[in-house]
Order: sequence, then C-alpha cells, then structure tokens
Amino acid sequence: MTDTLASGSARVLGDDINTDYIVPSHRKKETIDPDILRAFLFEDIAPGFYDAMEAETILVAGTNFGCGSAMEVAVTVLQAAGVKAVIAKSFSRTFRRNALNNGLLLCQANAMCLEDGDEIAVKLQYGALFVQSSRCKPVAAGGMPDFMLNMLSHGGLMSYLMAKGGFE
Amino acid sequence: MGTDGSIPMAIDYLAKMGRETVSDAAQLLFAMDHYGISSGPNALALQAKARKFAHEQGIRLFDVGDGIGHQLLIEEGIAAPGRLVVGADSHATSYGALNCFGTGIGSSDLAGVMFCGQLWLEVPKTIHVHLTGRLPPGVSAKDVALVLARRMGADGANYMALEFGGPGVATMDMDDRIVLSNMAVEIGAKAGIFPFDAVLEDWMQHIGVGDYVPIAADEGAHAARVVEVDLSSLTPQIALPHRVDNVTDLDDQPFTPVDVVYLGTCTGGRMRDYEEALEVITKAGHLSDRVQVVVTPASGQIYSEMKRIGMLDQFRAFGARIELPGCGACCGTCGTIPSNGQKIISSANRNFRGRMGNAAAEIYLASSISCAHAAVRGGFGKRA
Repeated sequence: MTDTLASGSARVLGDDINTDYIVPSHRKKETIDPDILRAFLFEDIAPGFYDAMEAETILVAGTNFGCGSAMEVAVTVLQAAGVKAVIAKSFSRTFRRNALNNGLLLCQANAMCLEDGDEIAVKLQYGALFVQSSRCKPVAAGGMPDFMLNMLSHGGLMSYLMAKGGFE
Repeated sequence: MGTDGSIPMAIDYLAKMGRETVSDAAQLLFAMDHYGISSGPNALALQAKARKFAHEQGIRLFDVGDGIGHQLLIEEGIAAPGRLVVGADSHATSYGALNCFGTGIGSSDLAGVMFCGQLWLEVPKTIHVHLTGRLPPGVSAKDVALVLARRMGADGANYMALEFGGPGVATMDMDDRIVLSNMAVEIGAKAGIFPFDAVLEDWMQHIGVGDYVPIAADEGAHAARVVEVDLSSLTPQIALPHRVDNVTDLDDQPFTPVDVVYLGTCTGGRMRDYEEALEVITKAGHLSDRVQVVVTPASGQIYSEMKRIGMLDQFRAFGARIELPGCGACCGTCGTIPSNGQKIISSANRNFRGRMGNAAAEIYLASSISCAHAAVRGGFGKRA
C-alpha cells in the first residue's frame, strides 16, 4: 500500500539554508504570526520568493537545511506559506526537531535532480519514504524512527502530548 | 531556559494544549536577552508577554540588561557537571564546557517541558576531539572553533556530540572551553562536552556549587570519528562572509578595512575576551579613527567586574561604546545594526547574510584578539 503524505510544486534551494535565511531574526522580533512573516520568506537570499510560490510547495534542498538559530518560526512560516514538505540531503538538528514537533513532513533524500516547478510527491510505502516525480526515477529516502512517525501521525508534539500526557 | 525570543511562541503552544500553567516552575529559567531598548514596540510587547508569564507562574526571571541566558546559567551554577540542561536557543551547547549535556531546543519543546517536564531526545553518536599542545600567544579558543568549522564544515558534526579530550584540555580555562562548546553548534553538533577536571572543579567551588555528579565516557566507548587538533600549530583564523565555515588564515588575507568592531555575545563577551582585547588596544595606545568599537558584555556580572576594575572606563577612554549586557547586535534584534555596505569584524558566532539585521552588510568572525587588532589598524590582513 502506498500513501501520499505530501504533494506540490518543487522549489529547489542549495546547501546550508540557515533559519535566518528562511526568515530573518529581525523580522521575528516584530511578530511571531506566521501569516504575516511568510511575506519575508527567504527575503535575504531570494527576494519575492513567497509571491512566486504555488499554494502547495515542496522545498528541495542540499545538505544541512535549517542550520543556525533554533527559532521555530522558521518552521511555522514555511507551513503558513504552503510548504507541505521539505526534502533535503540532510537537516540541521534543531530544525528537524521543530519540524517534527509541528507536524511538518521532512524527507531526507538527495532529490537534486528536480527542478523548480516539477510536480512531486512524498510517498510512504512499507514504512519507507520516497520521492516521486515526472523528471527522475523514484528517490528513496532515509527511514524515520517509529516514535517520530507516531508523533507525526498525531500531527506533532502538541497533539501527541495532549493525547498521552507525556512520554512513556 | 527560555528567552524572550522563544518564550512567547512557547506560551502559545502551551495554550494550544489547553494549559495556562507550567508543571514545575522551579525547573525553568527565563532570560530577557534578545530584545532591548532599541528593539521597538512590537518586540517589547513580545518580551512583556514573556515577563508577565514568568511573574504569574513564579518562574525565575533575568530581565533586560542582566545578560545572555546561556552565560547566566553558567554563572548561576545551573549548568553543572552531569546534568541535562536544555535551552530554547541554539547556543545552549555552551553548557557542555561544564561537563553537562547542554543542547538547544525550540519553542514547542519548551512548551512540552512546561507541560510535563519531559522532552524527547535521540542518543547522538560521538566525535572525539583530541586536543594536544598549548595555544601560542595571540591565538585563542575562538581560533580553535573556527579551525574546526574550517576542517569539518557547517554540518560536519550534524546530530552528533563532540567530546573534547586530550592533554590540551588542561591548558584551557573555563572561558576558553565555553567558546568551543558554544561554537559546537556551528558545525551542527548536538552538544560539545568537556571532561570534569581540576579546572572545572575549581570553577564550581568558586561559584559555590557542590551538588553535582560528573560524567565521563565509558572505558573504550566507541567514537564515530576522532579529530586531532594540535593547539600549538594554530594561527589566527577568520570566517569570511557569509558562512561560518568559510574560514581561512587571517594573515593570508589582503588588507581589508572594517567599519565596526563588535566585541560581545555568548561566544566572545566574557572577561577573558575583554582582557585580551584591551591588552592589544592599550599596547597600541589608540583605536583607528575609521572604526566604531562596540562592547556588549555577556552578563551583568561581567559588566560589573569590568566596571569595578576600570576596564569599562579604559574602553570608553579609547572611544569604544559600551552597550547593555545581552545578545546585543548579534542577531539584529537590538543594539548596533550595521548600515548598508559596512564591514563588521565580530567576536560572535554567525556571519550569515542579514544576521546582524542588514543583508547589505558583511560580517567577518574572528577572535577578540584579532578583532582588537582590527580596531587598532582599521582593518585586518596584510598590507600590500
């Protein structure tokens, strides 16, 4: 059985996209409302990014996505802007935590064969993630511990803790 | 530990979980370090939300001007050997200098801790950083951190814990070690842990904390990788814009004029930094006319000590500007924001484009000693 976890239009980024590039710290001090902050998405490295985004977007990046500051708006802003999943060769630790806690799907895979505008999907088959597109062969992604899949299936940390009261 | 940068969002997450109160206020500490008098009304409103919550919940609060949360946790002895201490800010790795597992979390994790006093963690693999020799004069722990970034890359230790060891550790004082643990996150590490030894024991005694149990790796514990650093072979390093791992030998650079010299942050705002910087400036007897020198001590305790021994007056007499303790201009949320086209050399930890609040500025990272030389010469590198 194959489940589609996310689908959308690809936007391809490079290596070491830090959280200040996702949204600058000095914007976060004005508001933590992601519906306002999304207008500043990638403003220092790709001005106009948000305006050019499709309603359902999947980011495709290189190594160390989300490095730098642990600020969580870097995740909520992506979600508010319509990012359904992030596919990257690797993720920085705090970004990965924050994404999982907020129920944002991360997929660790080298999908750099993709180009801007490609229609892609992140799918789950027999417990393994893979990326499907019209451009390249299905790209297999790294696995995810059961605990994390479980938390994601609850929709993130908040719903998980509300349901369970804590960690076992 | 939460900061005004991370607490407001955590309060919102907690409310989403249907809670308005924390499970154990004594487990928490809040620091109002990211925002200050120049941050504007919206930032101050977010800060006021965090402050009000702390007062209502009985959470210990360090307010504006008290200093950077990480430094306060260290000074207060909360980051102590054998403990697991998390901070809702990436530089919580700093606590590793105290033989403590310190790591950064986000606002949702902070909300989870407020909700039930627990969080999830994966057990990281270990990279052993084996230090030998002793740093030559003019070279400091910051240069070691930059060399690690240069050799390993910004993701070289992603998700792994650095364990510092080897005979070189004994040559480093606590301020040195904090720099290495602090910068561990710049190569992606989850933690940067130092062993418990006589230097740390003296420090704990000095701050009057005896309630701790040191940790050490098991005999023969497996390390995923061993990185050797001969401290005696190192030279001053500089990270060029806009990457922390874009590091090169400082002396190989052509002379580059700078406009601002920034001495502060959780990386480079401690006594050791200011002593070393002031020594360079005093020896020269002046600062360059073309630079603004900004001094932002990491904590109120450091500020008071600098004042007590006359260092603040000395910096001021040379023409440096002293700012209130806190994160300052490091991430562009308060303090001195650079103007368009300016070049800044800084004792801080990150030089991403826009990091100090202006994407049209260029940030160079170096040790406090190297920053002080730039303050005297009006720039860094070799003159043609």
